[in-house]
Amino acid sequence: MKFKALTSAAALVVLAGTAQADTGLIVGLQLEPPHLDPTSAAAGAIDQVLYSNVFEGLTRFGPDGSVNPGLAASWDISEDGLRYTFNLREGVAFHDGTAMDAEDVVFSLDRARAEDSTNAQKALFAEIEGVEAVDPTTVRVTLSTANGSFLFNMAWGDAVIVASESIENIKTNPVGTGAFKFSNWVQGDQIELVRNEDYWGTPANLETATFKFISDPTAAFAAMMAEDVDVFYSYPAPENLPQFEADARFEVLVGSSEGETILAINNLMEPFTDVRVRKAVAHAIDRQAIIDGAMFGLGTPIGTHFAPHNPDYVDLTSNSQYDPELAKSLLTEAGYPDGFTTTLKLPPPSYARRGGEIIASQLRAVGIQTEISNLEWAQWLEQVFRGKDFGLTIVSHTEPFDIGIYARPEYYFQYDNADFQSLIKDLTAETDPAKRSELIAMAQTIISNDYVNGYLFQLAVPTVVKAGIQGIWSDAPTQAIDLTAVSWSN
Amino acid sequence: MARYILTRLLSLLISLTVASAVIFALIEIIPGDPAAFMLGINAQDDTIAALRAELGLDTSPLERYFGWVSGMVTGDFGTSYTYRTPISEMIAERLWISLPLALIALALSTLIAFPVGILAASKRGSLTDTIVMGFTQLGVAIPNFWFAMLMVLVFAINLRWFSAGGFPGWDEGLFTGLKALTLPAISLALPQASILARVMRSALVDTLDEDFMRTARAKGLNRRQAIQRHALRNAMIPVLTIIGLQFSFLLAGAIIIENVFFLPGLGRLVFQAISQRDLIVVESVVMLLVFAVIVVNFAVDIAYVLVDPRLRRQG
Repeated sequence: MKFKALTSAAALVVLAGTAQADTGLIVGLQLEPPHLDPTSAAAGAIDQVLYSNVFEGLTRFGPDGSVNPGLAASWDISEDGLRYTFNLREGVAFHDGTAMDAEDVVFSLDRARAEDSTNAQKALFAEIEGVEAVDPTTVRVTLSTANGSFLFNMAWGDAVIVASESIENIKTNPVGTGAFKFSNWVQGDQIELVRNEDYWGTPANLETATFKFISDPTAAFAAMMAEDVDVFYSYPAPENLPQFEADARFEVLVGSSEGETILAINNLMEPFTDVRVRKAVAHAIDRQAIIDGAMFGLGTPIGTHFAPHNPDYVDLTSNSQYDPELAKSLLTEAGYPDGFTTTLKLPPPSYARRGGEIIASQLRAVGIQTEISNLEWAQWLEQVFRGKDFGLTIVSHTEPFDIGIYARPEYYFQYDNADFQSLIKDLTAETDPAKRSELIAMAQTIISNDYVNGYLFQLAVPTVVKAGIQGIWSDAPTQAIDLTAVSWSN
Repeated sequence: MARYILTRLLSLLISLTVASAVIFALIEIIPGDPAAFMLGINAQDDTIAALRAELGLDTSPLERYFGWVSGMVTGDFGTSYTYRTPISEMIAERLWISLPLALIALALSTLIAFPVGILAASKRGSLTDTIVMGFTQLGVAIPNFWFAMLMVLVFAINLRWFSAGGFPGWDEGLFTGLKALTLPAISLALPQASILARVMRSALVDTLDEDFMRTARAKGLNRRQAIQRHALRNAMIPVLTIIGLQFSFLLAGAIIIENVFFLPGLGRLVFQAISQRDLIVVESVVMLLVFAVIVVNFAVDIAYVLVDPRLRRQG
């Protein structure tokens, strides 16, 4: 009897599951957003849940990383590149029913660049001198210096348009303009979005989208296998992927991300001040062994700080080919025939922890001894990133198009090259695409030739998807899970 | 009796005060700034300073300690740095999972342990005793997270009777909620039941040799009656102690099981809060757990008096 009750209940659950399957989607994610305001925290999980789904910006990223019109239908740029006039879409409303107009854009941009702003990417707004509402659907932004990536900057999750009416509770009740409305958050468990029936653009196919937070890799495997979730984005255990590939119920998408994974070197710490030592480190590293050993083969080798899927990428991997003999002779030349000892500080992700062990043994082979310490993110930020107390560290830089960090001498790896800094200044001011490409190629080459850091690989994003789901982005041009075009095929 | 309770109450208060100071001091020492953590690697210094001010982190530790303690006395635990919601609400929400889970696990463990312990003790030295105790040995030795994964593999992935984890909420109905807690409760209960059964057995075995047991049998009670009326009650003191300890452990220590079944319980809240440096949440939850442990111990102390009349006269 008991058993019967149990099975019939299970049958009910299964039925409910299939009934919902056509119109709803459950997405598994490892990390939960700390809160729901994309404009005041760095946590990628906030953008993953809300970007494009709930909140939209003036411009938005496409699946290939291109910058497309968002809430701004079009724009005009003045000759000198200092004035942007955005023509907003008409008839756009926030989820609470209030109209989205030029005043909201002024409010959002002014809030982001204000003195007491807590925007994690405040630098995106640094060139903005003034924002004014010309009329309800026209906004004029004036820049202090021309910025060739301004439209790109406005597509970031940190630059989405929010309303003054709903800003107070944005962290727990986000009100945006997107194709999905925020519905419910069971903290520690899941966030539910529902379709916005009054969306200004093409409405979403899915009626509901639920994000479920499962941090443990084994639990993620079980949840996928038991079909508790339909999609697991950025699946945390690459060693299980072959099992999913072999199972007809699932599909595995391996996409590229903006994550340049590097062995960062403290350029101001002895002996790394000597470029020969940094070059030796670069040649001591066998990238493929790290990709195979730490990432189960997922990842594309890189030779500079730039994403290989970007059309402007220059392949400079030959600059730092695996050559331990050359590394040893470079060390001898630099005055370290017997090598030296340094620290290797590793943050929690598996690329760092697993990769760190492999790199330590590769460096040992050329005489460089490393003292490994495993840090939590908060410790890593304090010791390595802010305190600059490290010799080597491994980290993936997931911000899109972030080569500009090499122009900031105070940035944690402390690379100070005046030529590079002026090159980036020129690049920022340049708006001509052909000239920009040329400058971007030069920038990549300079940091590669200076062996600023050890360039390892571009992080790949594996996504496990139930068969029959269409429209999931496999690449991650930004940390977003855009579900606006996702549907079930049957 | 009254004096006994009063001294216990006083020691309860002292323990709480000392605990609050130790917890606060320890957590303040942990390196890592919550504001810097939240804003990530592209944040500017002035942005971090602005957030620190917003969170009230720019005041002195002493000020924050007294603010925290005085708030707690009135039931206000403050606001989480990361979630920006009142901590008392967050804790209440998590307790709705952790408390039922702990209670179910405790009930299961007691229901299994009592008959098993009594059976083994009354058949001491027999084959049954050896087999039963062998199983409890196994139950103690098997890590509960491994057992949990095994159950997920069998009941969620292969048989599909249960989901692999998660908690749909009590709004979905009592049955749905209980169903979601079944596998976690069993994984938590099994090792506890094994421990409790072993304690039960040895406590009973000790009392079986007592003079009063012989007297009871001499009065004409059969073995079963003698155990039920006299031995069991006398064996309760160590058993109650273990049950008290187990309850506190189940409430706070379910963290690994919560991770395996991705349940949003108290353990996971603390775990997340530590990695995000949401210090005020860590402090408050740890304080609450200390409070729970102390209160449970207090309750166990009272229970001793109820089962053992000699203690009533002592105090």
